Amino acid sequence: MLELVTISTLNGVLYGMLLFLMASGLTLIFSMMGVLNFAHASFYMLGAFFGFQISQILGFWPALVAAPVLVGGIGALVERYGLRHVHRHGPVAELLFTFGLAFVIQEIVQMIWGKGPADYRVPAALDFSAFTVFSTNYPAYKMFELLTAVAIFAVLFTVLTRTRVGLIIQASLTHSHMVAMLGHNVPRVFMLVFGVGTGLAAVAGVIAGPALVTQSNMAGALGPILFVVVVVGGLGSLAGAFLASLLIGLVQTFAVSVNVSVADVLGSIGVAAPAGGVLFDVWDVTVAQIAPIIPYLLLVLILIFRPTGLMGTREH
Amino acid sequence: MPAPRSLSSAVAIAIVRLAAPWIALAAVFLILPTIFHSGSALTMLSLIGIMIVFTLSYNMLLGETGLLSFGHAVYYGLGGFLAVHAMNTVIRNALPVPLLVVPLVGGFSGLLFGIIFGSVSTRRAGTVFAMISLGLGELVASSSLILRGFFGGEEGVSTNRTKLLHVFGLNFGPQIQVYYLIAGWCLLCMATMYALTRTPFGRMCNAVRENPERVQFVGYNPRMLRFIAFSLAGLFAGIAGALAAINFELVNSAEVGAGQSGLVLLAAYIGGIGSFIGPVIGAILVTWLEVMLSDVTDVWQLYFGLLFIGMVMFAPNGIAGLLTMHAPLWQARAYGSMLRLALAYLVALVPALVLLAGLILVIEMTYHLSVKMSEGRTISVFHVALDSGSAMPWVVAAVLTCGGFWLFRLTWPVVGAAWHVALVRAQAERRTK
Repeated sequence: MLELVTISTLNGVLYGMLLFLMASGLTLIFSMMGVLNFAHASFYMLGAFFGFQISQILGFWPALVAAPVLVGGIGALVERYGLRHVHRHGPVAELLFTFGLAFVIQEIVQMIWGKGPADYRVPAALDFSAFTVFSTNYPAYKMFELLTAVAIFAVLFTVLTRTRVGLIIQASLTHSHMVAMLGHNVPRVFMLVFGVGTGLAAVAGVIAGPALVTQSNMAGALGPILFVVVVVGGLGSLAGAFLASLLIGLVQTFAVSVNVSVADVLGSIGVAAPAGGVLFDVWDVTVAQIAPIIPYLLLVLILIFRPTGLMGTREH
Repeated sequence: MPAPRSLSSAVAIAIVRLAAPWIALAAVFLILPTIFHSGSALTMLSLIGIMIVFTLSYNMLLGETGLLSFGHAVYYGLGGFLAVHAMNTVIRNALPVPLLVVPLVGGFSGLLFGIIFGSVSTRRAGTVFAMISLGLGELVASSSLILRGFFGGEEGVSTNRTKLLHVFGLNFGPQIQVYYLIAGWCLLCMATMYALTRTPFGRMCNAVRENPERVQFVGYNPRMLRFIAFSLAGLFAGIAGALAAINFELVNSAEVGAGQSGLVLLAAYIGGIGSFIGPVIGAILVTWLEVMLSDVTDVWQLYFGLLFIGMVMFAPNGIAGLLTMHAPLWQARAYGSMLRLALAYLVALVPALVLLAGLILVIEMTYHLSVKMSEGRTISVFHVALDSGSAMPWVVAAVLTCGGFWLFRLTWPVVGAAWHVALVRAQAERRTK
């Protein structure tokens, strides 16, 4: 039991930090431009595939730098030549633009790399077990993922709250006119934030690619969860996104390892399962099976009972 | 004071005017299969009929009430599943229920789930609503893979539409009978949804879209209006789902998924969400493209996505919006300036086509080179055999793309100027009249 809890906690925190790497960019972009970037997970997927392709040629470490830079550049271009023009048609058009972008990126990735999983492996330098907990070898690569995520969180937080650049970004969120009056190029700040945000998603893609599966459906699988994170945390709140990432990471990891079904629970209080009918499955469903649903349940509940999210201040 | 007789004749004229477009549409629906009578054409017409109902129901949310939903397929799919289960129950117990009324089952299930999910999701509009709809959509889509008894797992639930009670000697085996069933329901749903937009309720939905605060000031509850609109949209989506279930005799979990929700959003938006006819155009175009393009190219969804992005960026009112843009010229009968505008369009069309050809070439060759390498390097685009491995076709594609783009940038101001002139003249002529 203790073993299960320890391993699940480690994995949950790791998954949560990966979610946060992406959610931080998403929430920054949202608070700047009021756009929920539907294509954010697609940039994560691009990061994974670019990382895979570059690591084939140059190795993993150059890929870790080059892929996010490339994806961030693409993101900045998308903002400059796409999103900025759509802005005048209102927020729905912006949301739809990013929706279409997600669709197109998915198709392009399928077109170039196919539908099957790419052979993206953990680099040899990190392919050993870091330590052993309760007879389970914990891979070094997972520790590396965790440390990278924590390091990026620390850097991001410091830059945003302690430096001049961060000050301008934060001011652009709330007082964009004043910032423009002071001589800063607010559209360029937006472009940079979009580029950095998508670049962060790509970092997550490069380091998560070998651990999870690098496949053309990875954006579709992760995208909605990402929305859950930013909405549950509170739209536009970085600290909220951090909290929600950890929460969802832990909840999902723990749920997967719990193997209790409705029949077990009801059986213990003396309710027998029905013999047949179309809904007999409900009795056989285990907590592990509903693990993929839990984030969405959480999302719906949060939006009903606390629409601002855990740490959010604004209602949208 | 008008005499009673002239009053009643005025009423009669009004009724005829009101009914005329629908009678004409019914005639079109009746005649269409005699013009397009091949098997594949009938299938396509049936699909279009289903898609029109589904897209119009979606536009009750997005276009009429301003609710952007990412999970509308939930009501479509659940309507389909319940219709199939109802049909199977009818068959098993040999109940006296004809196939004609099965769409009602889908409609009621759509309405029921619309009421359940609408009560939690329509409290707020805007981004919050969009996110809840996405969450609910994912919730149902994920559940569909867990509850295998109801959703039938990977292969779905199948049925047999010919085993129900036969009325008027119809057994619904041949596709033509199914087409007329779909056409009848499609006409009914279209007329009902159009009538709804003309009621005070429909107008208040538009008001909720424009300014919910003012709606509250005049004494309406925006949340209640959103809720009613949402439930009704669920009803019509459920009917569409049941029609699809009848057409395919099969429903699987993909029908409730994000792909289907995305498709209806694309169709409504490409057609134009600002008018009633827009989603109909979108449904026809999207279904046609889906069938035609998927025959021609494997990456048709990419073209689809690019078309959508293009519409969002340059024509946010959709195809219907582009058409109605020209209405003032038409009404002013400014034929001379319209002709000049048409010429300007032609001038811009040439580089646009060149650009398009270049893009298609790049996309098809990339696809071929990366995925279908095993089938050899030679591909045929526009019936021209090309070696995607050699440099020459790539150079041609690059020249076409870049040259087309450059020329288009040059010619587009001509269109802009012609448009401006035509519009000013039309307004001037209107004023003199």
